[in-house]
Amino acid sequence: MKYLDEYRDAATARTYAEAIARITTRPWTIMEVCGGQTHAIVRFGIDTLLPPQISLLHGPGCPVCVTPLEVLDQAVSIASRPGVIFCSFGDMLRVPGSQRDLFQVKSNGGDVRIVYSPVDAVQIARENPEKEVVFLAVGFETTAPANAMAVHRAKEEGLSNFSVLVSHVLVPPAMEAILSSRQNRVQGFLAAGHVCTVMGYTEYEPLARRYHVPIVVTGFEPLDILQGVYLCVRQLEEGRAEVENQYSRSVRREGNQPAQELIRKVFTVVPRKWRGIGEIPASGLGLAPAYAVFDAARRFQVDSQHAEENPECISGLVLQGIKKPQECSAFGTKCTPMHPLGATMVSSEGACAAYYKYRRHETVPPSPPVSAGGAAP
Amino acid sequence: MIEEFVLQCPIPLDDNPTVQMGHGGGGRMTRDLVERIFLPAFSNDLLAPLHDGAILPPVGGRLAFTTDSFVVRPLFFRGGDLGSLAINGTVNDLAMCGARPLYLSAGFILEEGLPIKDLWRVVRSMADAALAAGVRVVTGDTKVVDKGHGDGIFINTAGVGVIETPLTIGPRSVRPGDAILLNGDIGRHGIAVMAEREGLEFESDIASDCAPLVGPVRALLEGGVEVHCLRDLTRGGLTSALVEISESASLPMRIDEEAVPVRDGVRGACEILGLEPFSVANEGRFIAFVPAKEAESARALLGADASIIGSVEPPGDQPPLVRVRTSLGTARILDLPSGEQLPRIC
Repeated sequence: MKYLDEYRDAATARTYAEAIARITTRPWTIMEVCGGQTHAIVRFGIDTLLPPQISLLHGPGCPVCVTPLEVLDQAVSIASRPGVIFCSFGDMLRVPGSQRDLFQVKSNGGDVRIVYSPVDAVQIARENPEKEVVFLAVGFETTAPANAMAVHRAKEEGLSNFSVLVSHVLVPPAMEAILSSRQNRVQGFLAAGHVCTVMGYTEYEPLARRYHVPIVVTGFEPLDILQGVYLCVRQLEEGRAEVENQYSRSVRREGNQPAQELIRKVFTVVPRKWRGIGEIPASGLGLAPAYAVFDAARRFQVDSQHAEENPECISGLVLQGIKKPQECSAFGTKCTPMHPLGATMVSSEGACAAYYKYRRHETVPPSPPVSAGGAAP
Repeated sequence: MIEEFVLQCPIPLDDNPTVQMGHGGGGRMTRDLVERIFLPAFSNDLLAPLHDGAILPPVGGRLAFTTDSFVVRPLFFRGGDLGSLAINGTVNDLAMCGARPLYLSAGFILEEGLPIKDLWRVVRSMADAALAAGVRVVTGDTKVVDKGHGDGIFINTAGVGVIETPLTIGPRSVRPGDAILLNGDIGRHGIAVMAEREGLEFESDIASDCAPLVGPVRALLEGGVEVHCLRDLTRGGLTSALVEISESASLPMRIDEEAVPVRDGVRGACEILGLEPFSVANEGRFIAFVPAKEAESARALLGADASIIGSVEPPGDQPPLVRVRTSLGTARILDLPSGEQLPRIC
């Protein structure tokens, strides 16, 4: 199949794995940022093809995982109200809030619908003028343009019964938070290919310079990831710290500029809480003042009440690459996809769910102790 | 063709276009429905007396008995409809016991307001599927629920079949070393229904694989294959079938991902939606466990689309795991999906 089989060829994968082994002279720790990459790595066992000196850490790029508990509680509260049609991407429905998830709201009679695009939610609003239609707008820069488009259209059409509950997050501030942490172990990044398709990669250039880390914009198929690791290891071995583009069939340096303009028009950069990690300054998108009337949190007056995570859940450490899923005492016992303690066990892109699904028979050695310096300057 | 069904519909459309509460009331309207829809479609000697139950002739052998309920939305999709599913689902469950399906019951729960032409189309499809599978619908029931309390039509079918082989076919007969065979490509039914339900359009036309499995099972048994276990791949797909049998048999398994046929259209749709083809529903696919030495002859009996996808391993870790060798030559395990497969965000 075009654009799939070419990137899953076993012989080429072996060639790349051998090339990586050949150039690796010492241990390196590389983080793949995106949950889609994590999923591919675990599903295809890509990490098992790499030389033992290379450790892959799984990054925070799972939109389901980092959406704060408070936003899920707001979603549950809005979706439970009569007269509301609550629309969401499918994999948000099973993420537990502090009390309930959206599936439970649905089974209690709430009108909760899975949509494949936010623009479908706008269509539902057009068709149901007597109802309030709310879309749960979460995700990284990848989903931001379509979500912005939905709000923009609603405004142009004067759709007064449409609103969005926004919890958008941005990748570069999260990478910077990881790099500036004293616990950081990341020496190189595979940046998220689809985020860069929208945003380009100029934002990453100052990060690479300031923290002296190689950043390789990488795709999602097995060969993409192996090639990304190869480019990253080559930079590490040569002492370089540049932004390289492995995913050039989709990503240009300047990105998709009309999409960026739309994002800038509809959204504004705000501080954002990340589930399990905490608040990161300037790491999210909220509605710009001109579109504030479409803010569901304001329209339904749901305040952000602080909610407590389960104390046993280490998803925050997993999302920052500090711990691996199997190092959690609840992994596979108290915490399973059927009864998740944290969001990383729910989403198909969550590291814990990926390990549970494909790897739970293995025991991994614990992560090495945190080194003092890491790759930070 | 739809138009033909409509033309043949024995209840004139302008006379009585939709199902009404009275159709389930047990009176004249119910009798009308039975006499003008169900009897003409399912016409056979055992149903004709319209007694409280069907009186069946003795059969020579052990009986297999099963039941299943069918609630698909939409009622009609590419490659099948609720009617063909309701027959083939139960027929296939009987076939998986090594039985030759004989008789079915059909219970209908109709929603008030259902167009009679839709009911007729579903019932005609059931009749066609029953004929193709060699079974007779010999007893039935109809109820009508208020509008908004059903989803058009719900159907329950139960079935009996006669087991003419001395083999005991089931998970406990699975042995280490058994070869695992699959009768064709996977995932088409689930994707076809999802495409119809969600209004998704793909470049290639994916039609459901809905089909009776009586023929291929009979081919194996009449071909003298020592069949250990059979399982049709329905909800949960190949994943659920393998994991469930592995657990029931307390034996690990090894599957070669490359040996499992998935058509490009299904793979493409799964990639876009973030679904796993192994866990997508089928309605005309099954796996067979047979001794390794009979694997090749069994595969030949199942036809050109069949493949040997893996084998049963000696007892080892508990609980037993189904390991998949990926296209890259690495290993992963198969796990039951926790609920519905959900399309991902990005």
